[in-house]
Amino acid sequence: MSAKPSFTAARVFAVLLLAGLALVPLLAAWLDQPFWVTLFTRILIFALAAMGLNLVLGFGAMVSFGHAMYLGIGAYAVGILSYHGVDSGLLQLGVALAVGGLVALGVGAICLRTSGMAFIMITLAFAQMLFFLAVSLREYGGDDGMQLKGRSLLGPLDLNNPTVLYYLAYALLLAVLLAFWRLVHARFGMVLRGCRSNERRMASLGFPTLRYKLSAYVVSALVCVLAGMLMANLTRFVSPSYMAWTVSGELIVMTVLGGLGTLIGPVAGAAALLLVEEGLASLKLGVPWLDTLINQHWLALIGVFIVFVVLVLKQGLYGWLVAREARR
Amino acid sequence: MSALLEVTGLVKRFGGLLATDHLSLSLQHGEIHAVIGPNGAGKTTFINQLGGEILSDEGRIVFDGHDITREPPFRRAQVGLGRSYQITSVFNDFSVLQNTALAVQAHAGHSFRFWRPAASERALVDPAMAALAQVGLTERAHTPVSVLAHGERRQLEIAMVLATGAKLLLLDEPMAGMSPIESEAVVALLKKLKGQCTILLVEHDMDAVFALADRITVLVYGRPVATGTPDEIRNQPEVREAYLGEEGGV
Repeated sequence: MSAKPSFTAARVFAVLLLAGLALVPLLAAWLDQPFWVTLFTRILIFALAAMGLNLVLGFGAMVSFGHAMYLGIGAYAVGILSYHGVDSGLLQLGVALAVGGLVALGVGAICLRTSGMAFIMITLAFAQMLFFLAVSLREYGGDDGMQLKGRSLLGPLDLNNPTVLYYLAYALLLAVLLAFWRLVHARFGMVLRGCRSNERRMASLGFPTLRYKLSAYVVSALVCVLAGMLMANLTRFVSPSYMAWTVSGELIVMTVLGGLGTLIGPVAGAAALLLVEEGLASLKLGVPWLDTLINQHWLALIGVFIVFVVLVLKQGLYGWLVAREARR
Repeated sequence: MSALLEVTGLVKRFGGLLATDHLSLSLQHGEIHAVIGPNGAGKTTFINQLGGEILSDEGRIVFDGHDITREPPFRRAQVGLGRSYQITSVFNDFSVLQNTALAVQAHAGHSFRFWRPAASERALVDPAMAALAQVGLTERAHTPVSVLAHGERRQLEIAMVLATGAKLLLLDEPMAGMSPIESEAVVALLKKLKGQCTILLVEHDMDAVFALADRITVLVYGRPVATGTPDEIRNQPEVREAYLGEEGGV
């Protein structure tokens, strides 16, 4: 095996992407486009959630179609606690992680007894249960959701300042990225990737695979809970729509689009999907009838974009770069 | 010598088919015991029952003092039962060394370690390299498994079982699909292992079986029709008739 060069296209891309994200608020201020900060905070939040999902989907081959429920748990933890006057961010964080962790432990313990199509369906079923539970919470806005009285209080950090919220999301993304980078190469990650490749063989080597897969599922859920808390703070609003099954689907699309089982893939996927969405919905080419057509039917064009990436690049935007180097 | 593995009255039915028919067998410490039989005799079913991937309908399996009859595969592996598969079963995403180190890891305490790269843990890498040296794959350590030749993959399977530190190796046709030169290498390797661990060998290559085995059990329709030393088996008329006859004067 030849030694890997340290300047590979994939690494350069990863560094540029992360550095670019760090500069967004500065650029937005310079070009006087405050809306960019909100858009990119959304991108960071979805990137965080997709990264969480990728731990089970990409590294563990567990196709969870219900991860939006953990986004919802995070968002509702902030919403409900703030409704009752608990504004402390740390307290909200503690409650959100505890509730999210317990739910993930229970749901995971049941779902992981199945695999393949059954696993997809049962994770979807649990997410739908939680969705309708949220709809039934009249006190907290029911179907319509509710406006938050205020954002979480986090010491000296004023989350009402969009730039502060942006950098908080960015810091959390980097922290999770670093943790996952270590994790997938450590013993735990080797077990998880081994299960993805050949679970039967893992068992015959002596690994009690269920407990490792369950732990990965819980960690992955907790990252989504974190993303949900940020989401509530970004929009100052929570509603059952955060845990709609379409959101679970979007998280899968982002992960696949960016590159399954790669660290940076979900970040690239989230950014690509949300930027293309935004771009198409507000595109102005100067040809009125074409603009109207694209602005109204951008969803169909996104479909074309996804088909292109999946067919031509196969391993996703970032996964393609990684795979290209592996082939050399 | 005491028995390492004691199988009594093992039964497995698939619908109306009796795949394993009241099979009893005992394995002594340090011996190489070969199970032979015509296709469909139930050899792989038997191995899977021992490994735990198929649960037995009746009978008892006692291994090294543990009753493992109803234990799941991972627990059987933890008490020292290692197996290889008839169809090579390795981790294709990993390198040869990573495959072997993972086998070591399975028996090196729990794997709830999240920070230190497994590749930098001497406690995993050193025993893995030792196992690779035993099967002669040292030079291929950093090769991705996906580019290995068939024979090398089979050698890797054996290295992985060795790396688990298993007391009993269940080898399901380790020479399947190998060239004559490759199978000679595996015969030499298994000879080296003799005494170091106990081996239950299912194999079609009769030259290999008679060269290696201390004792042979002949399985026909899931039932042992004879057990004995290679010489005894060679000279039993019913065995010749049931099985060896078709091999033509072994």
